[in-house]
Amino acid sequence: MAVLVIADHDGAHLRDTTHKTVTAAKALSGEVDVLVYGDGAQGVADAAAKIDGVRKVLLSQSAGLKAEIAEDVAALINGLAGGYDAVAIPASASGKNFAPRVAALLDVSLLSDVIEVVDANTFVRPIYAGNALETVQTSEAKKVLTVRTTAFRAAGEGGSAAVETVAAPAAADGTRFIGEEKVVSDRPELGAAKIVVSGGRALGSAEEFKAVIDPLADKLGAAVGASRAAVDAGYAPNDYQVGQTGKVVAPGLYIAVGISGAIQHLAGMKDSKVIVAINKDPEAPIFSIADYGLVEDYKTAIPALMGALG
Amino acid sequence: MKILVPVKRVLDYNVKVRVKADQSGVDLSNVKMSMNPFDEIAVEEATRLKEKGVATEIVAVSIGPAQAKDTIITALTIGADRGILIQTDVDVEPLAVAKLLKAVVEQENPDLVIMGKQAIDGDNNATGQMLSTLLGWPQATFASKVVVENGEAQVTREVDGGLQTLVVKLPAVVTTDLRLNEPRYASLPNIMKAKKKPLDMKTVADYGVDVTPRLKVVRVTEPPKRGAGVKVKDAAELVASLKSAGVL
Repeated sequence: MAVLVIADHDGAHLRDTTHKTVTAAKALSGEVDVLVYGDGAQGVADAAAKIDGVRKVLLSQSAGLKAEIAEDVAALINGLAGGYDAVAIPASASGKNFAPRVAALLDVSLLSDVIEVVDANTFVRPIYAGNALETVQTSEAKKVLTVRTTAFRAAGEGGSAAVETVAAPAAADGTRFIGEEKVVSDRPELGAAKIVVSGGRALGSAEEFKAVIDPLADKLGAAVGASRAAVDAGYAPNDYQVGQTGKVVAPGLYIAVGISGAIQHLAGMKDSKVIVAINKDPEAPIFSIADYGLVEDYKTAIPALMGALG
Repeated sequence: MKILVPVKRVLDYNVKVRVKADQSGVDLSNVKMSMNPFDEIAVEEATRLKEKGVATEIVAVSIGPAQAKDTIITALTIGADRGILIQTDVDVEPLAVAKLLKAVVEQENPDLVIMGKQAIDGDNNATGQMLSTLLGWPQATFASKVVVENGEAQVTREVDGGLQTLVVKLPAVVTTDLRLNEPRYASLPNIMKAKKKPLDMKTVADYGVDVTPRLKVVRVTEPPKRGAGVKVKDAAELVASLKSAGVL
């Protein structure tokens, strides 16, 4: 049984979510290949070849693949799927976009957001915003799964797989890429950061969010996150959102500032190793899952915390 | 232009889920059920397109138990013109839902399907993409802005790291993200009007689709509980605790 892992990268750098997906794939089989798609992605393919335990790397390049057009990516994977028993895809926004297409092309059900591989046919996945865990057994001949990468360790380095080039599929004629706006940040990526500092609605404005959360994050070398309430109120950009409808993170330390702890937010961070809550409301639900709670207004708590950190 | 909007009846998003003691699933008896929040956004978007004169008819479709009729009535209250309920007591998986919706699309011939990006019960985020694949139509998922003109839809999508804009040729499938719009509250006159709008009752057999689940649910369990935390008295104690826990 061989597994095809679809690499996650930004065009120039391989993300460690790929290494984590390789770990999930190894739980299924010893034969793991990695597909890198994009344009100008040779460097990414070379990086993928160094992942420990990878048999070979397939590289496919076109403009449509670079823009991550779901139709193009799914057609590429579908063309390769014949040689594999399973396709494992990181559950990023992009992975979630094309994975169901791959499953539909193969006429199999999708196993989404897998957090544990029990055996080759049995998987665990969260449902109801992570408030229940479902163990499902599949009898599909081919498995298509998206992997919740925060639930797996990253595979190490040390491999030396060969890189093979694969032809790109014909571009989808119904879809045109117009452009993109990326949020520029020097901080670690939210999904991969060891420490995350998140702000909530209590911060009151975009200026206050920046003034309070950014310096603390910088001091800790942390990524910045936000609750949906803070994002909806315009205090933070959309892609800062942590939760059922945003990103799922599981850093070593998660600091929630002025976040009440709605079910949908907890779904995105409750697997963090250590959770700190700073909130002036002692009844806030966030305290029920926080390892360390500080009941204090952020206006006094954060300056004191900055001071204590030295 | 005609728009089809699939809607799902789910456990209300404010309700805390209880896992059944026998681990067979979650307890849905005597709990508040509502329209999936992402689907509400889809119905609202379709209604706005109609108000702008872009759409002429909105058809809401739901697949589920008899009570899913209420979910369709909610859609009719927001602005849908008529409804179709495909009644079944099977918990239909996304691939089978997509196949049923494909059959509905082939009967209704809409120019656009707008649906939620995921249902908050199964959290699959799959049905829209599967429907688009089965139809051979373009897809634009996780939409935060939709502009329809000249037989195309320009869709701004929420992706990791920011926003992406695509143009898809109609007919197409668009799935909604949270920031697409704020659904309206139903007015009393619209609630009264909705009750008079047509609602077709169908069964799965009418469409000839096999909805037998392909995934066997072995068990449903509660996630591991976190140990009880401690309250610290000030920032200095917090930093000391984090240092001794080895995370700083």
